[in-house]
Amino acid sequence: MKYIDEFQDPELARRLLDEIRATVTRPWALMEVCGGQTHTIIRHGIDQLLPPEVELIHGPGCPVCVTPLEVIDKALEIASRPGVIFCSFGDMLRVPGTGRDLFQVRGQGGDVRVVYSPLDALRIAEQNPDREVVFFGIGFETTAPPNAMTVYQARKLGIRNFSLLVSHVRVPPAIEAIMNSPDCRVQGFLAAGHVCSVMGTEEYPELAERHRVPIVVTGFEPLDILEGVRRTVLQLERGEHTVENAYPRAVLPEGNPAARAMLDDVFEVTDRAWRGIGVIPDSGWRLSERYREYDAEQRFSVEGIDTREPAECRSGEVLQGLLKPHECEAFGTTCTPRSPLGATMVSSEGACAAYYLYRRLDLGTPSPKSPSVKSTALEGSSVV
Amino acid sequence: MCLAVPGKVLDVEDRDGTRMATVDFGGVVKEVCLEYLPDLKPGEYAIVHVGFALQRLDEESARRTLELFETLGMLQEEFGDPWEAAEATGNERPAQDGLAGEVTR
Ligand code: SF4
Repeated sequence: MKYIDEFQDPELARRLLDEIRATVTRPWALMEVCGGQTHTIIRHGIDQLLPPEVELIHGPGCPVCVTPLEVIDKALEIASRPGVIFCSFGDMLRVPGTGRDLFQVRGQGGDVRVVYSPLDALRIAEQNPDREVVFFGIGFETTAPPNAMTVYQARKLGIRNFSLLVSHVRVPPAIEAIMNSPDCRVQGFLAAGHVCSVMGTEEYPELAERHRVPIVVTGFEPLDILEGVRRTVLQLERGEHTVENAYPRAVLPEGNPAARAMLDDVFEVTDRAWRGIGVIPDSGWRLSERYREYDAEQRFSVEGIDTREPAECRSGEVLQGLLKPHECEAFGTTCTPRSPLGATMVSSEGACAAYYLYRRLDLGTPSPKSPSVKSTALEGSSVV
Repeated sequence: MCLAVPGKVLDVEDRDGTRMATVDFGGVVKEVCLEYLPDLKPGEYAIVHVGFALQRLDEESARRTLELFETLGMLQEEFGDPWEAAEATGNERPAQDGLAGEVTR
């Protein structure tokens, strides 16, 4: 119970844990889809508070991590061009492309700017009519509507020196791909609450039915996670597989209809490559025909980039829940947040970074490297 | 970036045909686009992601989440200076960006 005092309502957390313990009769593997949830889980040691029968597998839901290397390299290339102002969310700065990152491009004279909102990038375009302003449009269903609105606004205001480098991804096809994998061990999903606050829950019943897997829409606070786990385990023990909403304060069945309508207008569904995983059919968005002129890939020809993934990085397996971060040979030795090999270490929402930052060092993979892993990792830990 | 933070609407106005609000995130005040929740009113709470209000929230849940985020330092992560954060991971200090766009009270 080392971590439980940090809970907002430790008493309620204890009750939820007791209920989970009283319910569980055999091992279950649940996947939390969202990287934000992974961080809550690791930060609060929720996986260690849960009874040993309940295993949490970390899902691919970190937009920064799953953005393919090829797209990062295109971003680096565009950002290096003279006359370009390249705008991005801050957490993309450190994501390694082939050989460098956006932070270094800026050091080499590229005009890379960090914005809080895509609308800030549009404002920069308005203020710099003689420059080309490119916004790096990554993210799941939560981030896609703001980016869609920005393109819509650009067209409405007649701003022509603005474009979007699009790499948006969608959660349901990723769940489908995970369930279809022959190695899949996942028996229940904690669905990402904020994705559902936009998309609602309508996409899930069919998925739950076809794969006979419970899907519980879950929020991001520690108590939300415990409640999501409790409901999923209850369903599994009863042999049920329905969609439940454990985050009703932010998720309506229909989501946000205005945002969904904008997504349908500005984007169209396309196949997308996920970093470390490969192409997942229908798992992404690109600009629809009507908005294609705002596509940065069309505006700047960025073909034929030679991309190289570091061979020792196993983030693909981490992202699919097949490997825990500390089981990677490079974890904490050649790969740390200071010099990350893969996106799951660099992103603040990545599973490797979560393990590194929040003590997952004593979990100890019994490998000859253990002692050095331990001491390196402890320095970076904020919780130990 | 994934973080969606609850905030309280301070005031609402139409700016160049776009519905905008100033929103208070436990002390950090930012401009937020209300196009996806056009009938949000001053005094109400919403979940805000990258400058867009995405869903209404009741005051109690909003307050609890904000308090939690603050205790955990997550607000700093979301609204802090990303160049500084990048610098902390190893490179020399970059020049300041002129893009703060935020008021801290
Ligand atoms: S620890 Fe580093 S090298 Fe290993 S999977 Fe994670 S990001 Fe890749």
